[in-house]
Amino acid sequence: MESVLGRYRNLIILAGVLFLQVIGLAVQVKRIGNEEKDTRLIRIWAVGAVAPFERALVWMQNSTSGVWHNYIFLRGVRSENRQLKEQIEQMRLEQVRLSEDAAQARRLQNLLAFKEQFVSKTVAAQVIGSGGSDLSRIVYIDKGEQDGLKRDMAVITADGIVGKVLQVFKTPSVSQVLLISDQSSGVGAILEKSRLQGVLRGTANGEVVLERVMSDEQVQPGETVLTSGGDQIFPKGLPVGTVTKVGSGKDLFLNIKIKPAANLSKLEEVLVLVEKQERQAVAEDQGRIRAADILAQRLPSVPDKPATDPNAKPVGEAPGNPAANAKPGTKPAAPGAPPATKTAVTPTRPGGVTAAGSVPVAIVPKPKPTTTSTSSGEEKPEGAVDLQPSITEQKPPVSPAAEPNSQPPADDNSPH
Amino acid sequence: MPITYTSGEQVEVYRFSIPVTIGVPLLALFLQAFVPLRFPRFAVYVDLPLLVTIFFAISRRSPIAGLFTGAVIGLAQDMLGHNPIGIYGIAKTVVGYGASSLGVKLDVENAGARLLVTLGFYLVHSAVYFTVARGLVNMTQRWSWGHGILAALVNGILGVLLYFLLDRFKQRT
Repeated sequence: MESVLGRYRNLIILAGVLFLQVIGLAVQVKRIGNEEKDTRLIRIWAVGAVAPFERALVWMQNSTSGVWHNYIFLRGVRSENRQLKEQIEQMRLEQVRLSEDAAQARRLQNLLAFKEQFVSKTVAAQVIGSGGSDLSRIVYIDKGEQDGLKRDMAVITADGIVGKVLQVFKTPSVSQVLLISDQSSGVGAILEKSRLQGVLRGTANGEVVLERVMSDEQVQPGETVLTSGGDQIFPKGLPVGTVTKVGSGKDLFLNIKIKPAANLSKLEEVLVLVEKQERQAVAEDQGRIRAADILAQRLPSVPDKPATDPNAKPVGEAPGNPAANAKPGTKPAAPGAPPATKTAVTPTRPGGVTAAGSVPVAIVPKPKPTTTSTSSGEEKPEGAVDLQPSITEQKPPVSPAAEPNSQPPADDNSPH
Repeated sequence: MPITYTSGEQVEVYRFSIPVTIGVPLLALFLQAFVPLRFPRFAVYVDLPLLVTIFFAISRRSPIAGLFTGAVIGLAQDMLGHNPIGIYGIAKTVVGYGASSLGVKLDVENAGARLLVTLGFYLVHSAVYFTVARGLVNMTQRWSWGHGILAALVNGILGVLLYFLLDRFKQRT
């Protein structure tokens, strides 16, 4: 017996070591099936041993690169600076246009009672390491539990989504991020044009595919894919990638290959979404705007009069005459001009209500029922929603103080 | 027993200092995790911890030391990923045992033999990993001979260069 043990000692030890590892694997697989989400101590040790070196190397690399690019290698910086300035000017113009569009979109969303998920807080992190295997598509970032990170937080870049936080470590303060190209990841996604929803998954060879889209649907290569928000991890509408290839898959589903918007193979800095809020879009409510105020802003103003006797009653001041109470700087209407017929460019709805939900520009407290007309003079049918900016015309006011053919009311700024 | 005899030729057994025994595998693991950030294809074709396992195994020429070296390095590599711990451990245990057993019987000091040994054990490692990942962990795996042979060649060439570098740390027993 002893001679047998001695002869096959190596093989017996090999079998024993393999057996122990197989048992360990089986236990882990069972735990994964039971959704246990604790972090194994042994994994913390391994990450703790490697992470400081990775962090130090990244720091050294960035420092060296910074010194070289910021102080030594400055060739072409002047021309680049000039180009960037030109680009900034163009972008400023673009920004003005986009902010107008955004404001209008917020107003419309408010009308439709949209609920959105807003990214309210992010933490910037640097990628310091990887899983080291093409079968484990993860990266390590230099932010962890001490920075407020938790499991299942979304990780993105400016280009698109990257993945989700899989493990968070306290010491060292690092986190493990599962990339969307890993075969165990899953992201709710939607095609931008066709609005078809599916599940984004990674494959064994690192490709990203969109699953669960029925084969009778039409999907074109080049179409943009966005997050659908259905996974409760990524907010809706973040860019995911573009469709590169559409083929027939199995079980009546399409096989749609996606090129991720973020460059997953060369990640350097990422953003972790540590806080997101679900709230209703709120339009900027500037209160009721009077036509006199708008005119005061648009027309050249007359300087304020010097202080007068406070007991003296102002000329033309009368109750129910709002024009008389206009702010200083309001230019009076020209003599003989049609009284108080004002126009304002606002998005309108039937009934003369603006898209922002406020009453359109008016100079009378109780205007007559309004008619909404386009710039061409065509009247809109009742009930139609016009989301395009149009001109809202209102009937002249009828008030005891301002008859149609009476003289325009005088105010404090009227010339004497 | 410092010297073993195979086919009438003397095959020397080497040992390594503790810093080298610990530092070289740690460095290999570190580079395996760090280099793919700059060169993404590195993780697809190169397995530095495997090369270190083979080197220590064929240099020590002790099957038990080889299998334990492979097990420890493999488990450490598992810990860096997110898959269950033990897949790389099992694969590298088998490779460590096999490489050291082969080192006892053959002289693997020249470049040609080292290339063939590394090439062969890379394929063995891939096959064991594939079997364990698919059979025990139920991971979706696809076997590709083209990728396997190309990666084996890359690792073989890199291994030959690396072994000559690591030969400097050998100490005669």
